[in-house]
Amino acid sequence: MMASSYNAKDEDGHITVSGPGGGTLKNKKPDNTAFKQQRLPAWQPILTAGTVLPAFFIIGLIFIPIGIGLYVTSNNIKELEIDYTGVDMSSPCFNCSQNFSWNSTRPCTCTIPFYLEQAFESNVFMYYGLSNFYQNHRRYVKSRDDSQLNGDIEALLNPSKECEPYARNENKPIAPCGAIANSMFNDTLELFYIDPNGTKIQIPLMKKGIAWWTDKHVKFRNPGGNNPNLTAVFQGTTKPVNWRKPVYELDTDSENNGFINEDFIVWMRTAALPTFRKLYRIIQKKNSMIPTLPRGNYTLEVVYNYPVGSFEGRKRMILSTISWMGGKNPFLGIAYITVGSICFFLGVVLLIIHHKYGNRNNSADITN
Amino acid sequence: MFCPLYNTLLGGDERRVDSRTIYVGHRPCPATEAFIPPKFCDNRIVSSKYTVWNFLPKNLFEQFRRIANFYFLIIFLVQVIVDTPTSPVTSGLPLFFVITVTAIKQGYEDWLRHKADNEVNKYLVTVLENGQKIRTESEKIKVGDVVEVKEDETFPCDLILLQSSRDDDTCFVTTASLDGESNHKTHYTVPDTEKDLESLNATIECEQPQPDLYKFVGRMHIYKKDQEPAVRSLGPENLLLKGATLKNTQKICGVAVYTGMETKMALNYQGKSQKRSAVEKSINAFLLVYLCILVSKALVCTTLKYVWQSEPGQDEPWYNQKTQREKDTNLYLKMFTDFLSFMVLFNFIIPVSMYVTVEMQKFLGSFFITWDKDFFDPEIQEGALVNTSDLNEELGQVEYVFTDKTGTLTQNNMEFIECCIDGHPRALCSVLDILIHIVLYDQEKEELFLRALCLCHTVQVKESPGPGQGQADGLMDQVDGLGLGGEVLRPEEQRGFIASSPDEVALVKGAMRYGFTFLGLESKNMKILNRNNDVEMYELLHVLNFDPVRRRMSVIVRSKSGDTLLFCKGADSSIFPRVRPEEVDRIRMHVERNATEGYRTLCVAYKQLSAEEYAQADAGLREARLALQDREEKLMAVYNQVETGMSLIGATAVEDRLQEEAAETMEALQGAGMKVWVLTGDKMETAKSTCYACRLFQRNTELLELTVRTLEDGGRKREERLHELLLDYHKKAVQDAPPVKAGVTRSVCRLWSTANQDYGFIIDGATLSMVLNSSHDSNSSRYKSLFLQICQNCTAVLCCRMAPLQKAQIVKMVKNSKGGPITLSIGDGANDVSMILEAHVGIGIKGKEGRQAVRNSDYAIPKLKHLKKLLLAHGHLYYVRIAHLVQYFFYKNLCFILPQFLYQFFCGYSQQPLYDAAYLTMYNICFTSMPILAYSLLEQHICIEVLLDNATLYREIAKNAMLRWRPFFYWTVLGVFHGLLFFFGVRYLFSNPALQDNGQVFGNWSYGTIVFTVLVFTVTLKLALDTRHWTWINHFVIWGSLAFYVFFSFFWGGIIWPFLRQQRLYFVFANMLSSVSAWLVIILLILLSLLPDILLVVFRKPRGPNARQVGLTHSYPQTLRHSHGWTRHQTLSTALFSSLSLSLSLSLSLSLSLSLSLPLSLSLSLSLSLSLSPVSSSIPP
Repeated sequence: MMASSYNAKDEDGHITVSGPGGGTLKNKKPDNTAFKQQRLPAWQPILTAGTVLPAFFIIGLIFIPIGIGLYVTSNNIKELEIDYTGVDMSSPCFNCSQNFSWNSTRPCTCTIPFYLEQAFESNVFMYYGLSNFYQNHRRYVKSRDDSQLNGDIEALLNPSKECEPYARNENKPIAPCGAIANSMFNDTLELFYIDPNGTKIQIPLMKKGIAWWTDKHVKFRNPGGNNPNLTAVFQGTTKPVNWRKPVYELDTDSENNGFINEDFIVWMRTAALPTFRKLYRIIQKKNSMIPTLPRGNYTLEVVYNYPVGSFEGRKRMILSTISWMGGKNPFLGIAYITVGSICFFLGVVLLIIHHKYGNRNNSADITN
Repeated sequence: MFCPLYNTLLGGDERRVDSRTIYVGHRPCPATEAFIPPKFCDNRIVSSKYTVWNFLPKNLFEQFRRIANFYFLIIFLVQVIVDTPTSPVTSGLPLFFVITVTAIKQGYEDWLRHKADNEVNKYLVTVLENGQKIRTESEKIKVGDVVEVKEDETFPCDLILLQSSRDDDTCFVTTASLDGESNHKTHYTVPDTEKDLESLNATIECEQPQPDLYKFVGRMHIYKKDQEPAVRSLGPENLLLKGATLKNTQKICGVAVYTGMETKMALNYQGKSQKRSAVEKSINAFLLVYLCILVSKALVCTTLKYVWQSEPGQDEPWYNQKTQREKDTNLYLKMFTDFLSFMVLFNFIIPVSMYVTVEMQKFLGSFFITWDKDFFDPEIQEGALVNTSDLNEELGQVEYVFTDKTGTLTQNNMEFIECCIDGHPRALCSVLDILIHIVLYDQEKEELFLRALCLCHTVQVKESPGPGQGQADGLMDQVDGLGLGGEVLRPEEQRGFIASSPDEVALVKGAMRYGFTFLGLESKNMKILNRNNDVEMYELLHVLNFDPVRRRMSVIVRSKSGDTLLFCKGADSSIFPRVRPEEVDRIRMHVERNATEGYRTLCVAYKQLSAEEYAQADAGLREARLALQDREEKLMAVYNQVETGMSLIGATAVEDRLQEEAAETMEALQGAGMKVWVLTGDKMETAKSTCYACRLFQRNTELLELTVRTLEDGGRKREERLHELLLDYHKKAVQDAPPVKAGVTRSVCRLWSTANQDYGFIIDGATLSMVLNSSHDSNSSRYKSLFLQICQNCTAVLCCRMAPLQKAQIVKMVKNSKGGPITLSIGDGANDVSMILEAHVGIGIKGKEGRQAVRNSDYAIPKLKHLKKLLLAHGHLYYVRIAHLVQYFFYKNLCFILPQFLYQFFCGYSQQPLYDAAYLTMYNICFTSMPILAYSLLEQHICIEVLLDNATLYREIAKNAMLRWRPFFYWTVLGVFHGLLFFFGVRYLFSNPALQDNGQVFGNWSYGTIVFTVLVFTVTLKLALDTRHWTWINHFVIWGSLAFYVFFSFFWGGIIWPFLRQQRLYFVFANMLSSVSAWLVIILLILLSLLPDILLVVFRKPRGPNARQVGLTHSYPQTLRHSHGWTRHQTLSTALFSSLSLSLSLSLSLSLSLSLSLPLSLSLSLSLSLSLSPVSSSIPP
């Protein structure tokens, strides 16, 4: 009666498992294999004080130097931060921040002088920082169309629904669509060195190499392949509402124009936290003898286009050197030193316990 | 005395059923005016659940009836309908996967069922119709058809046997496929039916179908021309069941009475009620906690979202405008959808995959039980059998073991040891054989006694194996041969006897030794070969069957000389009241002495019936047998009436040897903290001596007796005496006993103070029913609880003279007592089925009393000794495995979702997921599922030998120790600690997102990926830390899934996926790996997360090696010293450690708060101290 063995009891419809064999008689001796008898050769580590103690010391001995190294490295990184939001009356940008309007045609410029107390020796990286700006807001993060940015003609003319309400303007598709692109950071920052005799020397700012290589070369592509005439390619689209110029006029350099404009790509990589910084320019070291930014007076000239007042945000310009671990951040160094010390300390305590009580207990076991 | 109880208990089950009338061969009978062919169901067996058309809807409906599946369906629907942060794919895919796999599995099984059904339904059978044989398909058989079945064919439906090709109107069947009993059973044709079936005109009246295989009540009216219709009673011996096979008989004809789904076989395959394990209850409780966490998380986020949005400029800054539709939505609706969105975002905290993994673990895990070669018994050529894999872990939680005696503790291999005839003992021994003739006693009495032994039984003589007979007979030979303990068999002794009870075989064989050989039953005549090699013939008139309530059986025979004799044998308690009192005293002494020696005793009595007496009895019996209703009761009444005024001839003693290693097994179970209760139908003295032999009672055990005898000692009313004794015992065993707690402390107590008295409790069935059904209602419950308390304080309890239902009653009482202890019943016979079904875990022994116990059990083992490994090794390991699995699953999902929850505080409560959708989906399915599955199948935290050698280890996991709230709290705190650490560790790293040496910055997806990488590694390594048994599979799976994660991440981020709207992870993982800082933070966080666990492991260390030492040294004082030293060591380290953990967390928080902002250090120190604290408490003082 075959029916019996499959008429088992799964009434409730889920994976009820009728046991192996399900009622049939087993007239066979079970195989004597290591697996079936649960006797697979096994490594049975027993963590004892004896094995863990050295580990603690080793971790301590490795982590503390790393931590110190990290801490020193981080401390050696020079960083200068200038808030140019212009909230205070005294701030040079106060006027610009107060008189902001989207429709003004004349750019508002402000100049912030500052003094660099220490020379920046190596390459200097110039960041802009925004605070209280929720680039990681869900509505914001998803408001983009990566197919469009990847040069897909179809998506260029029919932006994704995710881009709403920044997908179309006056019945024309917006390129690039979405809230992220629409709110692209558009302040222009320029740096001038005031040399001791008063002349103002513009410091050359490199705008290449600020975006991830893969983003620039693979993920972002202009539509129309290698067609150099971007104006024609973007025919039939319109610029994002808040932009002053269309995307194909972001730069004169054709390698840095359209969707593959690096400022644009950097902006499109949404930040993790509401206070963030983004790489703006690189000041390359020219000469091994002269520091990239010598000690002295500088001015930062800002074309103030980007409003942050409405959401109580802040704008900063950051100059920083970079080490092998990235920008200045003492967290890692301290954390490593702390964890290393804890391990070391635990190692010592465990050693004492082990030495004092472990041995006695062992000997007691043996004598009895 | 059991009758009232028995009946009240049975009352619920015995539904009064209407009878059905069957017209044999569809011939109208003269008695009925109009022939209305009754409608019965056809003979189609439908075991399949689905058809091609209804498979999808029906299967889906059944799957979504599961609460978990339904929950995930709801989540999925919410994701589809509401604008939610994660795409419906993330939860839809796993759900789809689970549903599909289940559907395929069920579909396949149903296909097999269809196939099996077809095989059965399309099977060609022969139906006799109007004198012609017609071959037709089995499914076409209708009730009333006369069916012909040939040898070795199975019966196509339930048939009443009308005609057999054998001369003696019998046929033989085996019911191996029904109940597994492979012996041949004899079935009888209905008496007085005509040989010519065509002219047979008869109706059958029988009860409506009921599932009991061994019960059938009906009667047949045979109409002959010009005669009064004859009425014949029909019983189970006339009924051939569908599924049974015809043996030893060329062909039979029978009339179909039950067909198709109404056959007893079909009725028996309705599944048993599902037992749920305690672990499942824990899972549900934890689930509730996590649901609360989930809902409260969503509520907190929704509330904060609206608080946060109420500030100007936050809700809709210029850079992030809402769409028109969003602006138009009603505020409350928006709040509600936001709440749902958060639910969806956090719903991964309750994973679909946990259910799948738990099911897989149970299913696959149970294979190790069937595969275990230690459970293989060479004698019966079988190993263990798993009927329910749902209860694997329950085997590790047993607190009460209820065991049957005969066949379970003992071998049920009966050997006739001694008989006592009229007060003179006779031992069966070759030396004494010679003496028999010297001893002077009544020769006549002796022969009467031996004749009684030869006649009073239901044993059949097995025919000499013919050429066509198969393996089953070979098996029987083997089993029967063993009864004689391997002695060389004389040719005439090779005669095989088949009986349902081994006692009877032993007695018949015993009589054979004395020269009286039972030759068999031939057309109602019993033949006996006596000492003078003459064949004596007795006509068998009636068999008054044995039943456990009456505890005796009788036969009525007529000798050649025309005397009508009644022979009766049974338990002394049921025989003594029915014989002349002056005969009793002589024999009672011997019976009691034999019983104390552990022999099973039976008394034999006889009575000569006068012609009137016989006529009266005969009429009574026939009438009762024909009754359709209350047949049992009526029969019982007649039996009782007939079996009176007998004279006692003698008593027999049959030895039933203890099972191999019975004592060791019992000792191990007691050592493991289980209370062993012996529930037996046997005499108290016999049972008591078995208990001593099994070392359930020790020499120093004080026995508290509560039996009919002790009650009668006082000379007062039984009930008063009972209450007095109960109070007395309660004072002794409960109040005066030192207050001990369950578990480890108790064992320590027992080790420390030998002065602590062990108590054993003995109660018999009669007293038990008095305790349970006390006349004063108010007192009843009180005495019941007193009784229960006494029993629970005794090391062993013996309940003798139990009816099967009383066994179940006791199990139920303990099961429902305070604390709901886990009970296990083990037995081998049909009388144990009720308690096997009642207990949490039912174990059947593949013994000699048929297969009912095995069929109804959850696990079946060949021998009692296998119970030790089943519980101590398999049960222990399964419990630890599944407990760890469950806790780990909750833990890993908590620390998976917590960072996502925390992220909401940094993204404006916008339901932005921290991890990419692929990670959300794959986390539970691919990245972390295999290691825990491998762990839960292979882990042996203590190796099997040690577990077996050292039963006390079982106590460590008693009372669901690993799934109580404390460990759950520990795991939850650990999960929270890890979640906080992952999130804030990376958050502080991202205070400067320029993490690469080229100054470029990382975005939110890099953030999530770093957290996720730490998460996957930590969670996997945490499991690696917990793994004590690294086989190559563990290595492969643990390192493999980590490698798979890395590989997958590269792959997922390495391609622009055309079907994705957003290329969020494009090269994120690769970029992360190019950053030294990311590496450093990943390593740091993993290490820091694992630190508490490493510390815990070190401080728990003494358990492992110590356990091993205890395992090696069996002797008592050493064990004591070990545990002493161990305890001291533990206390010291505990004290040290708690102070250490305090200073540690202080120093940690100080050092961190110097440099970091407050929350991190706070959370660190808080969670560290929290996660460490269980250590100090989990170690016993």
